[in-house]
Amino acid sequence: MNIFFERKFVIQGLVVFIAFILLSRLFYIQVIDDSYFLSANNNVLRKINIYPARGIIYDRNGHILVQNEPVYDLMVIPKQTKDIDTLNFCKLIGISKSEFTEKIKKARKYSPFKASIFEKQLSARVYASFQEQLYEFPGFYVQNRTVRKYPDSAASHVLGYIGEVNDRIIASTNNYYQKGDYIGISGIEKSYENILRGQRGTKVIMVDVLNRDQGSYENGAYDTVAIAGEKLVSSIDFEMQKLGEALMRNKKGSIVAIEPSTGEILCFISSPGYDPNLLVGRERGNNYIKLLRDPQKPLFVRPLMAQYPPGSIFKAVEALVAQQENLIFPETRFPCGGGYSIGSRTVKCMHNHSPLNLQESIAQSCNSYYCWTFKKLIDQGNYGSAEKNFLKWREYVNKFGIGKKTGIDLPNELNGLLPTVAFYDKYYGSGHWKSSTIISLAIGQGELGVTPLQMANVTAAIANKGWYYNPHLIKAIGNNNTQKIEFTTKNYVGIDSAYFNIVISGMQDVVERGTATYAKIDGITMCGKTGTAQNPQGKDHSVFFAFAPRDNPKIAIAVVVENAGFGSIWAAPIASLLVEKYLKDTISRPQYYIDRLLNADLIHAPVLSAEDIKKAEEKKKK
Amino acid sequence: MSELRQNKFWKNIDTPTIVLYLVLVLIGWLSIYSAVYDESHRSIFDIEKNYGKQLIWILSAFFIAFMIITIESKFFSVFSYGIYGGTLVLLVAVLFFGKYVNGSRSWFEIGSFRLQPAEFAKFATALVIAKYISTTNKKLKDMRTISVSLGILFLPMALILLQGDVGSAVSYVAFVFVLYREGLSGFVLVFGVLLALIFILALLFPPTNIYIGITIASTLAYLYFRKKKYAFTIIVIATIMSISMVAGFDYTFNHVLKSHHRDRLNNLVGKEIDLKGAGYNVNQSKIAIGSGGFTGKGYLNGTQTKYDFVPEQSTDFIFCTVGEEFGFAGSLALIGLFTALLLRIIFLAERQRSAFSRIYAYGVASILFMHLTINIGMTIGLVPVIGIPLPFVSYGGSSLWSFTILLFILIKLDSNRQNIIR
Repeated sequence: MNIFFERKFVIQGLVVFIAFILLSRLFYIQVIDDSYFLSANNNVLRKINIYPARGIIYDRNGHILVQNEPVYDLMVIPKQTKDIDTLNFCKLIGISKSEFTEKIKKARKYSPFKASIFEKQLSARVYASFQEQLYEFPGFYVQNRTVRKYPDSAASHVLGYIGEVNDRIIASTNNYYQKGDYIGISGIEKSYENILRGQRGTKVIMVDVLNRDQGSYENGAYDTVAIAGEKLVSSIDFEMQKLGEALMRNKKGSIVAIEPSTGEILCFISSPGYDPNLLVGRERGNNYIKLLRDPQKPLFVRPLMAQYPPGSIFKAVEALVAQQENLIFPETRFPCGGGYSIGSRTVKCMHNHSPLNLQESIAQSCNSYYCWTFKKLIDQGNYGSAEKNFLKWREYVNKFGIGKKTGIDLPNELNGLLPTVAFYDKYYGSGHWKSSTIISLAIGQGELGVTPLQMANVTAAIANKGWYYNPHLIKAIGNNNTQKIEFTTKNYVGIDSAYFNIVISGMQDVVERGTATYAKIDGITMCGKTGTAQNPQGKDHSVFFAFAPRDNPKIAIAVVVENAGFGSIWAAPIASLLVEKYLKDTISRPQYYIDRLLNADLIHAPVLSAEDIKKAEEKKKK
Repeated sequence: MSELRQNKFWKNIDTPTIVLYLVLVLIGWLSIYSAVYDESHRSIFDIEKNYGKQLIWILSAFFIAFMIITIESKFFSVFSYGIYGGTLVLLVAVLFFGKYVNGSRSWFEIGSFRLQPAEFAKFATALVIAKYISTTNKKLKDMRTISVSLGILFLPMALILLQGDVGSAVSYVAFVFVLYREGLSGFVLVFGVLLALIFILALLFPPTNIYIGITIASTLAYLYFRKKKYAFTIIVIATIMSISMVAGFDYTFNHVLKSHHRDRLNNLVGKEIDLKGAGYNVNQSKIAIGSGGFTGKGYLNGTQTKYDFVPEQSTDFIFCTVGEEFGFAGSLALIGLFTALLLRIIFLAERQRSAFSRIYAYGVASILFMHLTINIGMTIGLVPVIGIPLPFVSYGGSSLWSFTILLFILIKLDSNRQNIIR
């Protein structure tokens, strides 16, 4: 036995003590502190978004208006990019060295460890050649997703476009969207976003330290499947839409056609338009800026946002309201000596004839007749004072859908303009105005603003003799073909159907022997009304609205061609071609008739198409 | 007669130690398999992989162990200086002919076979310390004996430091326990703790601040102890020693240590935490172990080690696999096994009749203890990352062989515990 024998206890104690220290520490990091568990998951688990295909939109006959095309987003995890042959890389995806550096820097700024988009939407061809060499570029991978494709480049204003979500959208949707997601920005893409977007799926995979895929985590227990967006069936008739777009080429204006019995919009054209394919893909940003800066404003959705004084077509509404108020009757005649004089002012009339009856006044668009009618409505109405009579008049007009939104399933619709009592009180003073003060309204001029969509809707209401459905572009939603309730409720305009016949007869005369004989279609009874909307800024707008056939009408249409003068010259023939195309599926008019309309350039600026822009750029390069 | 001796010989072999050894080696092999496991190489016998190679090391280690058992105990005592001298020659030779691996020149390379002399120097040093101190009347009281003992330790330590292998060099500090057990003043241990304290302070604060601190501490100590005999002299000497120590550390830190060691030290004391650089290893290792929870993720299900997030996962960081896949329960079991082994060795040490065997046994215990502490300590961020293996468990031929030799010489000596070995 050794004298230092007891020292073994010190050493034994030390061994046990150190073991205890190690185990305490282990107990802390393994059992108590769970942050390491999260860090381990961050290390090894990658949540990969699986983007659903967006819903497809069809026209009323099953023709595809917009579909999806696969593209490949190139993703980067900056931390893992090592020893990359930058030169080869840049050559493969077609960017410069400085762009590469810039993009890497941007990605690194977002997060060195998390994946961010390096290059959006590689084409299938670039992807194919890149894919073969992907293994040489650690830290890069390709994420599959789809973009919109418009096979016929048509109906851009109807369909709208999609774009990447920004921080504001992400915040306002409670993070439903994530950075890199696409969302509808305008058109149907926006108003039916919830249906079209589908549901994003996720796949949880494990990766090793070099971020190589090591297979799914827990056999996919945490994975969710992407659910594709549901389809939409639009009420648009593609053939008609295409013809309308062609006819409106190089003209500024709108066409809206509605099926009166359902409120379904058959064609919806805003001109100048643009090729919707421009707002897809890598050049989207540049193209968008170009379109935005175009002085012709191709992004402006005229049928919803442009407001015109309706002109003569308003006379039909006037005639209906006055009949309902028992102020005029079919045989009521008013004098017309070439105009209607109030003191020193005269509302001129193109005609100089013996007093016309109601039907003739519509057919010949007599200004005087409607000034007299308006005088009766406002000054001699049934409600005691000019103010009260105006209020009632306004209520009628409003019920036709003028001065309020039609509730179409597109964003950014404007109300239009229908003046209120307060407006005139403010302008002239309460009790200091009567029909003569506001006589412009009688013939659809003055403080009136009606959008082409509202015009078409009024036409549909007249065609139906007193009611309309809110006009809409989507007739069946999703796989169950449902419809929104607001598009299946009738709106009544408050005028007895009996009063319509005489007005409609007048409109039939317009086409058959009045101002729009040029628009007459063989074998179809069309009822219409031309208008010439006064334009203080320039040449008057050519306006025409019509419906056909007279009995059991199938189509109501409004055409506005800006700065084109008389309605009979441009708007009416365009409308008649479309009506014939829709009802008969062929056009009986001679080719020169069509060519004149197709080839006319009323704005001296080409409608932008992808090809046009390409050509212009090539020209610039040379 | 011969048969009787044979029976007695096997009877004297300490079974618990051998069982603990075998269990640890098995744990090591299975952990290496799991650490580098990959679906496409499922066979644990695949010699292209670390686990296949380790099996070869294990089988050859068994053979070496058997050889050692058959050698006469006296051999180790008689040839201790020879073995020590031999390893010193190898340690010098490796400085000239060694191969650079990870910034240190500590490996011989013969074909695909690598040998690390520093590993073998450990048991050689243990033998010589045992031999020197056990020689009659060597009491660790006079300066001469202490100096020679320290010299025996410093020689291989210095050579290993020259190779740039700080980890192996540091493990020689373990012999302090041996010297303590053999009579070195207990102050040495206290002194050691103070040394460590000043070392850490020196890392944390600029030297000037520490000089000022030491001066203030000395003044206070003098004011308190001034009635005592020699108080002034002792305190002055202590002060001068402390200051020169700090200066020495400062010099060593900035001029001797390699930059990755500096980073690791800085990282450990929390001075600079750089999760992408030096701190990466420890952080990943802590994540692997910490994510194990109480019962772990299950064998072969550890993601952090399997997918290479933990560097050196089959050698120095092998404990991560155990911690991740078996959780705290596994950690407890492994540390329990090591503690049992260490206590068993101390028990064996104390039952030796011969001082040589006892001192050697303490040498074995100390070296294993030091490796255990540093290796596991560094995986959980208690100790700087100085790459030393976990005995019997870590992948590597040199370390498995050297620890096997270290342990089986003890088992051999223990089997002859009734004899006096000189």
